Amino acid sequence: METLHSILPELIRIIVCGICGAVIVFGNALVMGYAERKLAGHIMLRPGPMEVGWHGILQLVLDGLKLMGKQLVVPKMADKPLYMFAPLLAFAPVFVPLLLIPFSDKLQGFDLDVGMLVILAFASINVLAILIGGWSSNNKYSLLGAFRSVSQNIAYEIPMLLSLLAVVFMTNTFSLREIAAAQSPVWFVVVQPLAFLIYIVSMIAETNRAPFDLPEAESELTAGFHTEYSGMSFSLFVLGEYANMFIVCSVATVFFLGGSSGIPLPYFEYTGAVWFLLKVYALMFFLVWIRWTYPRTRFDQLMNFCWKYLIPFSLVNLLITVVVVKLI
Amino acid sequence: MNVEALEDDRHHRFVLNMGPQHPSTHGVLRVVLELEGEYAMHLSPVIGYGHRCHEKIAEHKPAKSFMPNTARMDYLGALIYNQGYAQLLEKATGIEVPLRAEYIRVITSELNRIQSHLLWYGAYLLDLGAFTPIMYAFDDREHILDILEDVTGSRLTYCYHRVGGVSKDIDDKFVTRTREFIDRLRSRFPMYEDLVNGNVILQNRLLDVGELTPNICARYGVTGPLLRGTGVAYDIRRSEPYSVYPEFDFEIPTETKGDAMASFLVRFREMEQSLRIIEQALDKLPEGLSMAAKVPKKLKIPAGDYNSSVEAPRGELSYYLVADGSDVPYRLKIRTPSYSNLSTIPETCSGMLLSDVVSAMGSLDLVIPEIDR
Repeated sequence: METLHSILPELIRIIVCGICGAVIVFGNALVMGYAERKLAGHIMLRPGPMEVGWHGILQLVLDGLKLMGKQLVVPKMADKPLYMFAPLLAFAPVFVPLLLIPFSDKLQGFDLDVGMLVILAFASINVLAILIGGWSSNNKYSLLGAFRSVSQNIAYEIPMLLSLLAVVFMTNTFSLREIAAAQSPVWFVVVQPLAFLIYIVSMIAETNRAPFDLPEAESELTAGFHTEYSGMSFSLFVLGEYANMFIVCSVATVFFLGGSSGIPLPYFEYTGAVWFLLKVYALMFFLVWIRWTYPRTRFDQLMNFCWKYLIPFSLVNLLITVVVVKLI
Repeated sequence: MNVEALEDDRHHRFVLNMGPQHPSTHGVLRVVLELEGEYAMHLSPVIGYGHRCHEKIAEHKPAKSFMPNTARMDYLGALIYNQGYAQLLEKATGIEVPLRAEYIRVITSELNRIQSHLLWYGAYLLDLGAFTPIMYAFDDREHILDILEDVTGSRLTYCYHRVGGVSKDIDDKFVTRTREFIDRLRSRFPMYEDLVNGNVILQNRLLDVGELTPNICARYGVTGPLLRGTGVAYDIRRSEPYSVYPEFDFEIPTETKGDAMASFLVRFREMEQSLRIIEQALDKLPEGLSMAAKVPKKLKIPAGDYNSSVEAPRGELSYYLVADGSDVPYRLKIRTPSYSNLSTIPETCSGMLLSDVVSAMGSLDLVIPEIDR
């Protein structure tokens, strides 16, 4: 009874956080799905979705319903258990990082001492999902897409981690809340502009978005690793992609853009989330803008860019940070 | 990766059928790729999925009635195909075309050429993963289609140039709309250059990809912007002038490298030159008939061989007619540019990355019905 009493609040906390996480994942997918199509439309001189609801606002809801009603096609000779497992693996791990993100001073699921490492660890499970999905579909395009994705994501995790480490060295903590709190006078984007740039580039590569969307380069590989997926299994990949976008943008906000800091509002411990979300969605808008503007890079150029520029530059940046921190 | 060391090891190759349904083959073309990792060690294009026996059809109906078929071969250069065929029959039967009709043919053909290049521009960038430029290119292209629709009645597969002239005269509205369009497109070129041509990612994708040399071009019969990209200023409009082209002042844009970037820039500049031609033609447009007064209903072609070549958007288009004295051709041979241009890819693309193959194939500006015809 005693132990139950002590773990009950924690249990409730986990359940509440899980529900909130699900709301964020699906809400974000709806908002971003709609925003992306609308923005893409306006960038392309067309209105985007217009038919369902006011300015097509219900389009994504109906698309979701349609995808749920679709048949789940499993290709002949596919490795069925793995084939069905891959979309789940792409989607499920996104909940854990969401629990660790400090939306405001009080709005945070858990504050772990190793928060950053947990987020990066769970974000990279996505790679495994893509590899399994591409491998098990028994499709040559999927396989090529999966290979590309794995080599790309493994390469880009390094500069991503190194650029974040620069901030960690300045704050001496892995805890996201403390990192966000450490930026009260100036945001780290001012102190660490190079790290921020490197992070943004690796973030785009990490989420497989244009101009680094090689795993799903449709002019070469039709749809890349999810060529064979249909219905809900396809939409789980898409949900996972949007959730990952949200997570990497949140990490950028925590590490470089001051977390929830901003002009004080009433009940700021909670309403700081407004600023946090504004910053996150500004970054997401940037991602969408980039996607619909640039052509796709070539695979070897992408890898060269990572190994020859991003990693050395982030190492140099890290070294300078260490020296400066030591001196001060 | 040492490409040569893997050359012999064919057991490990991964055969990928790109097409006949694939987003970047632009039609029913299949390319069999033998991949080593991401490298395409060997390519062989498989064609014929859209073969409609146009040459055989030509042997079975009166020569004049074949005109609509010409538009179905290269749907993007329909008017130029019309023009070549009309010229062929005029040459064979000695029908004089009024000067005004020649001017109208040049104006509409050049509009058609710009339209084709605009579509290629958008579609090529789509191949390279840039989604937006195609919408901008189509926005411009739509104006041409509207202008041509008013005078020809159709938007894609025109049948407007006829033996002895054009089917309908142009009016003032056509002239003003065309002039407006020229101004509009001119003002858009700087935007395209800023947004697309100068982009680092694009340049990295195009430079040194699918390099052609004048030697390769001569061996395979490559013509058009691809040949001009290698530095050879060969353009039928200049080298074997037809219609009223000698009366206009225009340049033949050339580049020297012969890679995808070269043909990209050549096509881009050709649009500007086409605008110049149209502008001059509109200024000089003579009064008169748009159709020769006496074109016999049944067009008897004197026995003999006839040839007519025009510069299509993708290169040299030739019709070769063997007549036996009746109104039905004995044999009509059509030489279409894309067929020769496509034949180069096994030579130029072997050992390239898959993405480069897509990029090189896009730079050929293939229109599959023209290859299959």
